[in-house]
Amino acid sequence: MDWQWAADHVDEIAELTKSHLYLALMPVLWGLLIAVPLGVLCVRLSWLYPPVFGVVNVLYALPALALFVLLLDFTGFSNATIIIPLTIYTLVVLVPNVVDGLRGVPEPVRQAATAMGFGQLRRLVQVELPIAIPVIMAGLRIATVSSISLVSVGVLIGQDFGGLGDLFIDGFQKNFMTPLIIGVVLIVLLALAADALLVVAQRFLTPWSRTRVVRGRTRARVARRWRPA
Amino acid sequence: MNLLSSAFGWLSDPANWSGSDGIPTRLLEHLDYFARSLALALVIAMPLGVLTGHTGRGGFALLSIANAARALPTLGVVIIVVLAVGSVTSLWPVLIALTALAIPPILVNTYEGIRNVDADLKDAARGMGMTGWQVLRQVELPVAMPLILLGIRTAAIQIVSTATIAAYVALGGFGRYIIDGLAIRAIDTEVAGGAILVVVLALLVGAAFIVLRRVLVPAGVRHQS
Amino acid sequence: MTRFIRVAVIGVASLLFLAACGGDDESPTAGATSASPSIKNVTVGSANFPESELLAEIYAGALEAKGVTVERQLGIGAREVTYGQLKSGDLTIMPEYNGALLQYLDQNATASTTDETNTALKAALPPELEILNSAPAEDKDSLTVSQETASQNNLTTIEDLAKVSKDMTIGGPPEMKQRREQQFKDVYGLEFKEWKALDVGGPLTVTALKDGDVQVANLFTTDPSILANNFVVLEDTKSVFGSQNVTPLVYKAGVDQNIRDTLNAVSAKLDTATLTQLVGRVSVDKEDADKVAQDWLTSVGLG
Repeated sequence: MDWQWAADHVDEIAELTKSHLYLALMPVLWGLLIAVPLGVLCVRLSWLYPPVFGVVNVLYALPALALFVLLLDFTGFSNATIIIPLTIYTLVVLVPNVVDGLRGVPEPVRQAATAMGFGQLRRLVQVELPIAIPVIMAGLRIATVSSISLVSVGVLIGQDFGGLGDLFIDGFQKNFMTPLIIGVVLIVLLALAADALLVVAQRFLTPWSRTRVVRGRTRARVARRWRPA
Repeated sequence: MNLLSSAFGWLSDPANWSGSDGIPTRLLEHLDYFARSLALALVIAMPLGVLTGHTGRGGFALLSIANAARALPTLGVVIIVVLAVGSVTSLWPVLIALTALAIPPILVNTYEGIRNVDADLKDAARGMGMTGWQVLRQVELPVAMPLILLGIRTAAIQIVSTATIAAYVALGGFGRYIIDGLAIRAIDTEVAGGAILVVVLALLVGAAFIVLRRVLVPAGVRHQS
Repeated sequence: MTRFIRVAVIGVASLLFLAACGGDDESPTAGATSASPSIKNVTVGSANFPESELLAEIYAGALEAKGVTVERQLGIGAREVTYGQLKSGDLTIMPEYNGALLQYLDQNATASTTDETNTALKAALPPELEILNSAPAEDKDSLTVSQETASQNNLTTIEDLAKVSKDMTIGGPPEMKQRREQQFKDVYGLEFKEWKALDVGGPLTVTALKDGDVQVANLFTTDPSILANNFVVLEDTKSVFGSQNVTPLVYKAGVDQNIRDTLNAVSAKLDTATLTQLVGRVSVDKEDADKVAQDWLTSVGLG
């Protein structure tokens, strides 16, 4: 591990990190923007979900490299060639989670909202989606971590499209471990940081869940009380 | 669609079905990488998941490690191992990378599956006099089986899809068609054909798990979920 | 209401963050219109191996020293990809090797000397593209074997190889089989047991040759690992690899005389010994291509 090389290349690494984050997070954003409405639709129109789920599963099976290459003829050597496939992979994780999350809203809660005079949209936005947040967030976390990890494959298309993956090719061609290790470590750190941020965001968005700890203790107390003597 | 027809043209060409670069050879190589890494991942992840799920200890550490492993960039790992091992025939680069990829879904699902077994069920089992080991084998595992199988299925499909990266470091498998096709710009034929092969294999593997589910998940649990 | 605010806060924060990271789309410019007297923007591309990137950096550095703004698109891929990009004007300049380029355009070409090759090239190229002056520096594909293989089978030339190639595995870049299989057979009568796709004259090819996983490998003649491992480059008596002078291939509409002159000046000063030495600095000393390029340009007064 050549620390001198690392020190000399801090600027370049920083640039690559920025581009890596952009290429990784845009798909997550787009994925979210598409998955939530799509998921809502799939819950409303239950016949829609099986085909959507089927299509999404087939797309999931497509290797990232193949998708990048196949898109070259359509979107050329541009960021879109990387962002579109990664968005698809994000959807693969998010749509089922949105659907499961919405379906997991207890029926009594939904009825209570309707009874209180909530219209469909208001009920969705103010009751169902918030309750579904933990499940959606679980999917979002996986999608984000995978996205950050997959961007590096883009380097096989060209040197500006792999973010930190550039370091992999550099290290590979020169038989030089340092950029390789830096690339892998940075990608893992970025992914973990993004994951942690999402956990914080989840806490921020679901203030009611912070009483979980207390409830846990209560449940344990109840369990002990009921154990046969 | 033009792309599909040229891809099928390539797939139906008998020349592509024979020889050391033929589809059967590459299929066997691909299945080889798949089987070995799935087996390795199962051997590592299942015991860990079962143990932590059953005892309830170490869950946080487990999930953190699984998260970190999910973040590992496969391409980087493959290249590092190939340079470290210094051989173009060793399977270690692909094995290590794919196993690292497969462990998180299996680990997390096994842990969560066993962890989330209804406390009443476990209680009843203990009440009947079962030892911890028996509770695990006769109650927790069967009840958790759907979720565990789902984790293994996810891992399996990911392995099939990602094993294509082996071709970047001179190994075989269906990835060969994608890398070689990219090099000679035979995108509509070889790359597309290779991609279709991978997808078909992945779907077959996924379907195999549906069968497996029928076999491994007891009827009572199956009807519940 | 507060939840709405919370969601909005997170949304705005994420968007700001992304905007900060974000993308200029990487679509390259094809150079200024021919209406302007001098061209100020070019895109220099390279193939996916270190020497090509080094040459691209050299061209880029020389042009920048003359006030041209250069966008670099490095490590794209094999010629099959880059050629198409040049033809469409997505790339303006590519460092090429005249012999290999000629082979690519005309599989039956028989030119062997630099002049023959360039004449044939000028005829074979489409109207949008042209080659500039060739540098004396050459980097050829080769068929290289290990010291043991050479002594065991008495190999000094590729012709010698024809006797034993049937039992041998040959390794090289993924595109080599399609490019060369027929040609090797026609010219030398070479047939190989197996073609193994490795990398573009990189560490995998060197390792495979060293370990004996392939018996013959395509290593580039400026590769420092040839000497380092005592490999034997088989003599190309029938000139199947031809001349391989480093030659800039340019998109005509994207370059002007100033650019041409600059690149020709670079080519004039680049010989094989220099190229080999510079490549060594990148591959062996792990220095950055742009730094090595800049050092050299400065040393010959072009940077």
